[in-house]
Amino acid sequence: MESLSKLFKSNIRQYGMIVALVLIMVLFQILTDGILLKSLNITNLILQNSYILVLAIGMLLVIITGHIDLSVGSIAAFVGAISAILMVDMHMPYPLAIIISLVIGGLVGAWQGFWVAYVRIPSFIVTLAGMLIFRGLTMVVLDGQSVSPFPAGFQRISSGFIPDWFGGSDVHFLTIVVGLALSLILIFTEWRNRLTQQRYQFDVVSAPLFVLKLVAIVAIINVFTYVLATYEGIPNILIILFILVIIYTFVMNKTVMGRHIYALGGNEKAAKLSGVKTKRMTFWVFVNMGVLAALSGLLFAARLNAATPKAGVNFELDAIAAVFIGGASATGGIGTVIGAIIGGLVMGVMNNGMSLIGMGIDRQQVIKGLVLLAAVAFDIYNKNKAS
Amino acid sequence: MATNNILEMRGITKTFPGVKALENVNLQVKEGEIHALMGENGAGKSTLMKVLSGVYPHGSYTGDILYKGNVCEFKDITQSERLGIVIIHQELALIPQLSIAENIFLGNEQAKRGVINWNDTIGKTKELLKTVGLNESPNTLISSIGVGKQQLVEIAKALSKEVKLLILDEPTAALNEEDSENLLNLLLTFKKQGISSIMISHKLNEITKVADSITILRDGKTIETLDMVKDNINEDRIIKGMVGRDLTQRYPVREPKIGDTILEVKDWNVYHETQDRKVIDDVSMYIRKGEIVGIAGLMGAGRTELAMSLFGKSYGKRISGETLLNGKPVQMNTINQAIDQGLAYVTEDRKHYGLILMDDIKRNITLTGLNKISRNTVVNANQEIIEAERFRTKLNIKTPSILQKTGNLSGGNQQKVVLSKWIFSEPEVLILDEPTRGIDVGAKYEIYTIINQLAMEGKGVLIISSELPELLGMCDRMYVMSEGRFTGEVTREEASQEKLMKYMTKSRG
Repeated sequence: MESLSKLFKSNIRQYGMIVALVLIMVLFQILTDGILLKSLNITNLILQNSYILVLAIGMLLVIITGHIDLSVGSIAAFVGAISAILMVDMHMPYPLAIIISLVIGGLVGAWQGFWVAYVRIPSFIVTLAGMLIFRGLTMVVLDGQSVSPFPAGFQRISSGFIPDWFGGSDVHFLTIVVGLALSLILIFTEWRNRLTQQRYQFDVVSAPLFVLKLVAIVAIINVFTYVLATYEGIPNILIILFILVIIYTFVMNKTVMGRHIYALGGNEKAAKLSGVKTKRMTFWVFVNMGVLAALSGLLFAARLNAATPKAGVNFELDAIAAVFIGGASATGGIGTVIGAIIGGLVMGVMNNGMSLIGMGIDRQQVIKGLVLLAAVAFDIYNKNKAS
Repeated sequence: MATNNILEMRGITKTFPGVKALENVNLQVKEGEIHALMGENGAGKSTLMKVLSGVYPHGSYTGDILYKGNVCEFKDITQSERLGIVIIHQELALIPQLSIAENIFLGNEQAKRGVINWNDTIGKTKELLKTVGLNESPNTLISSIGVGKQQLVEIAKALSKEVKLLILDEPTAALNEEDSENLLNLLLTFKKQGISSIMISHKLNEITKVADSITILRDGKTIETLDMVKDNINEDRIIKGMVGRDLTQRYPVREPKIGDTILEVKDWNVYHETQDRKVIDDVSMYIRKGEIVGIAGLMGAGRTELAMSLFGKSYGKRISGETLLNGKPVQMNTINQAIDQGLAYVTEDRKHYGLILMDDIKRNITLTGLNKISRNTVVNANQEIIEAERFRTKLNIKTPSILQKTGNLSGGNQQKVVLSKWIFSEPEVLILDEPTRGIDVGAKYEIYTIINQLAMEGKGVLIISSELPELLGMCDRMYVMSEGRFTGEVTREEASQEKLMKYMTKSRG
């Protein structure tokens, strides 16, 4: 028990976030008379929030380097508009159109990264300009009109589900299988890590605690996949999100590049004198943001089945809020991918829950604002207590 | 009981979560004396002064503060300032974008109903500047004057608050010899006017010069209070009190084993980054394997600029000249090239340029050499822990865990982390810029031992230092810099403080 409370105390920010998410979910589960966690609504939650979560991952990197990107909503709209021109007006096959769109996103990111990293204009200003520029260009490209419909294959990215090879009737069988497979992979990797750590003679958590942790995670995974399976199964978009989370968590935690990004955000001058290519790193973080903003724009267009001039308005604010609720530091150097995702889910569940109980959009905004403030205040309170 | 003590602190105990920073500390300062507060880093000197000035409010510590015989319970710094207790922190609290006058009266504006009387402000500033001997216009911006003058502005600011007890935390740490001298003389003048001072300093020669009495702290406890005259105190006696043992040798002994030339610099010229003037003028030098070479010079002589321009041209513009490593000409145009060629630069400002303070010890140590513990750019986290532990033991970094944030370490331990980082990158030449600045005597000795060890392993070491005894004690050979040029080169045998000083002050004829 003692080690458990110690574990909790040393990771209070991370666990605090998860606890907060669970509490919010319980609250709305009660307020909505159990609608929130119905399989249909869970699926909707994923579909509704996917594009914000994709943005939050990119935004996390930007914020860790000590910058901000206000233009992502406009970039998402701009790329969505271009993809519509390519697919709807020019009848280009959708895989090719997606690739071109992502490249354009990268180029937009490179444009902004150039001004921030090499000319050293504050990112707030560069991306504020970008927000105006790309919103304007969206309207130019679309000529002020909505463009639709997209090809069915493209739409399925955002609204489709993985096929069921096993032909389950009531329950989506493949989804259950995926859940079990993930559980096995998780148990195997955690067990292997534990063995290596023991081989290095490091301290590891006690065996019962280790098993308890695994059981808890496996239970969550399988309950989650079961709930999805009772509706249509795993949405395609969840697969994309899952892959992104895995890749970015790996890059940020395990690679030299990730370390350099954290170091750059923690102290740019010291990082530079330690051999981190600070300018190049900043540049690429913005390129990455551009690509993810483009992906977000594509997902949104596919879900809406239309490219509109008003797409992506205020996306940047939701993404930034998600990252900060998820424990990132406004001065840079601190933040995790998982934190940003949880932060995004907190916002998403609140949006969804408040809509379900019929709360007006006006009040929703007030409450979301207060939650953002409270999360960051809690963070700062903890930091002050620790030092 | 009538005493002539202006200040008495009795039985002060202050605890932070998990640490007892001060334990039953007593301090008595007599009216009109200069009282030195000494001790190793982490001994509790700054904490004690923060208790005194109200930075740590009454109630957060136990014990009594008697000022002019009255018990004081300061809740914040304004209350202590009202009674004439003014503290000048090590890191100056001036706002660079404001003028001297604005800074002096910041928070104490000469105003009526919120409207500032600028004539009053300027007039009073002029008087104050005259008192501290600073010949600058009150409208000069802080950013355009040097650290030495800034320190004087801080003192003028203290005077404007009608200071009775002036507290200076390492006032000369960033000053060159001349400015330090001025400052110390100023303190002596104040003493004649009846202003008492408490001075925290690591520089023993300054203490012996100006202090009337000394209180020594060690590990948060009062060790002793010495009267300079009555007890006939010398530097060795003070060191003994601080470290609790006799430091017979302040610099570890080394038998130099000097090999071939490893780094050679020819006709090095560097221009200022923003102004059109040469900061390095035709410098040529060399370092041999196993040799410790020093660079002496006053502040502003261009020592740091030289080091940084060599280290991947991280300072300066229009750099010209030649660098040779092991006899072969090499290009070091970026920091990464310099690191790859085997150069390391330990900065003079470890907090801002050396460490990622919010990151732990482990990550700081491996930052430069991450490639050594990674495959296909994936870092081996387990190997990383082993390397970090190795350096913790080898360099004796005092910390409960390598996961400790470097921001929480003492100066000496922070410097050991920076050194670990660069040793881990396996350099051939190490440039150490003020390697022991702000580090206590005990840790200094450890740092010196590490430096000697590096030389014994055949690396070339270049030390830049403002402390002449340090150069004389450590270096085999010294270059002396003045106004961007090398004005002299002396070997260990022929070197003396006087000789170095003569070259250091040699200006362009």
